[in-house]
Amino acid sequence: MPTTPFSFALGAGLPYFSALQNQRPIMSTSGKTLFEKVWEAHAVRRLPNGQTQLFIGTHLIHEVTSPQAFAMLRELGLGVRYPHRTFATVDHIVPTDDRDEPFADALADEMIKALRKNCRDFGITYFDIKSGHQGIVHIVGPEQGITQPGTTIACGDSHTSTHGAFGAIAFGIGTSQVRDILATQTMALSPLKVRRINVSGRLGPGVYSKDVILHIIRKLGVNGGTGFAYEYGGEVFDAFSMEDRMTVCNMSIEGGARVGYVNPDEKTFAYLKGRPHAPKGAEWDKAVQRWRAVASDADCRYDDIVEFNAADIRPTVTWGINPGQAVFIDENIPRPSDVPESERASVEEALAHMKLKGGQPVRGIPINVAFLGSCTNGRFNDFVEVAKHIKGRRVAPGVRAIAVPGSQAVGDLLHEKGIDRVFIDAGFDWREAGCSMCLAMNPDKLVGDELCASSSNRNFKGRQGSPTGRTILMSPLMVAAAAITGTVCDAREIFQAPS
Amino acid sequence: MPLTKITSISGRCVPVPGDDIDTDRIIPARFMKCVTFDGLGQYMFYDVRHDEKGQPRQHPLNDPRFAGAAIILSGKNFGCGSSREHAPQAIRRAGFKAVVAEGFAEIFFGNSTTLGMPCVSASRADIGAISEMVEANPALELTLDLAAKTLSVADRQFPFDIRETARAALMAGEWDPIAQLLDSTREVDRVATALPYVGPRT
Ligand code: SF4
Repeated sequence: MPTTPFSFALGAGLPYFSALQNQRPIMSTSGKTLFEKVWEAHAVRRLPNGQTQLFIGTHLIHEVTSPQAFAMLRELGLGVRYPHRTFATVDHIVPTDDRDEPFADALADEMIKALRKNCRDFGITYFDIKSGHQGIVHIVGPEQGITQPGTTIACGDSHTSTHGAFGAIAFGIGTSQVRDILATQTMALSPLKVRRINVSGRLGPGVYSKDVILHIIRKLGVNGGTGFAYEYGGEVFDAFSMEDRMTVCNMSIEGGARVGYVNPDEKTFAYLKGRPHAPKGAEWDKAVQRWRAVASDADCRYDDIVEFNAADIRPTVTWGINPGQAVFIDENIPRPSDVPESERASVEEALAHMKLKGGQPVRGIPINVAFLGSCTNGRFNDFVEVAKHIKGRRVAPGVRAIAVPGSQAVGDLLHEKGIDRVFIDAGFDWREAGCSMCLAMNPDKLVGDELCASSSNRNFKGRQGSPTGRTILMSPLMVAAAAITGTVCDAREIFQAPS
Repeated sequence: MPLTKITSISGRCVPVPGDDIDTDRIIPARFMKCVTFDGLGQYMFYDVRHDEKGQPRQHPLNDPRFAGAAIILSGKNFGCGSSREHAPQAIRRAGFKAVVAEGFAEIFFGNSTTLGMPCVSASRADIGAISEMVEANPALELTLDLAAKTLSVADRQFPFDIRETARAALMAGEWDPIAQLLDSTREVDRVATALPYVGPRT
């Protein structure tokens, strides 16, 4: 285990409706965290078992985790209580090349039809492929202006934490909870503790938000965030674009934290202004006032505070089968003998799956596939940043490289600006919006034990479609560098001075 | 609909060794192309149980000595990764009633509780001891007592932990909260009306 830079804030503020017994409510004179404020504004009542019935203002659904919930509703004879607060799109199963219906995969076709019917039957807004607004649910919510500060958001998808970038409290949920929210617009939850994660200083050239979150997960562990909401802040987050904040919040769950968020600021408001579902006119000004007030108070108390320094973070890549098994690009893969006894079996299992050797440098590992996309790094800025550097370069022979915009809107904007061309000229296969090779539910898959340099969020065994497939997670620019050289390499050495 | 009050569970165990067993491993995504949960049981841990050619591998889950087990024994951070309820649904539908592990990922824990499948945490040493006992004698029954928070196997007892709210809900037969959530529509509407971004029901 790497040492963790914990510094515990003692006597930390307790979340509202604390689930623990025998806890006195603290009549604290100190301020509140955003988490506490949002929780209080949405708490309906305390349930007999001590959990809170929490109002979920915004519910996002997609085709994989919702059909069973609608079936349960029908079985129970229930309707959708707040249909105007649920929004749907289709992302996991959509092909990214031939999108004519019926889809070649009959099961996928059944799923998109079920979603369409459920949305129609229950009066739910649905961003279908033909709407031009379809995309990965965690990209569509923000770009439509549905994701807003101070709100509660839930979706049957663990990367719902993405929406926390806007100062929302956003939870990934299971299908039974999708049912609960459809039926009641509420769910039963225990409050989380809040861990503040400060990243101070400035990131070096070629170091990105993806490296920041991979580093945090590496240091705090894949289950280090269990029971916590992560509040990210500090100079690095102040400087980050909304897209960067989303990348970090997105992977909170890979560190075990179900919720991650950043306090809203001027950048948040500027991003939202004018978006289709954002407040308009006088309502906008009132909303901005509320949003400012929802940020954590300067004198709030956290359950824990962890400090990182940007100068310590270098481009980071995974070498194993969970996102915490990561090293800096210039480091070697750990040997089983380097780690404590309790972790040895995990390291051995990971090395065996990845067909890598302990002690070998991570740099130089040959790749077969390069994947740019996903709800972690499939946004406009991600492609713009890569395009700046790959102009005039070519994907290495033998490498299959695909670039998949996270939403139709992202794809359209890139096309309008001619950026898709840069990728096509470099030898990337340019695709239509969807989850694509992030997971094995559509035709984009690894074959056999192919090794993929991927901008997505999970390197679990079999995640990219082949049980023996291998995934190395990294930032989009590192994926591009790997695509061009055919090996895992340091983008800072391949490209001229990345910004 | 009244739910069963779950106070104790007894059954034989199967060790599923490993830490950070993610939900992609419990139910690979390709088997989630379905609009119902029926039939997921057969795909539980599919790639753990089968090789690339679909042939069964050597694994406790394929070992006839453990056939019919009702309780899974595993390591740290069980059920991490994707929020898919398909994972606990597959485990349930494969006939399991509880999971004993060193720890659980948050969403998996909640999803399992809602299905009435207790997930309880015990120490690595104790789970190791139980695993050794059942490896030696797979017919041994384990009793998971939610009231006493103990695991009993043969003449030995081990303590376990479970989040208090989940224990209360399981024991009271309130592990599926839907009835309670439906019970307070007036309060729900009041909270909604006070939230400018929500507004009244349409
Ligand atoms: S892009 Fe990947 S992680 Fe994101 S929603 Fe799709 S499948 Fe899930």
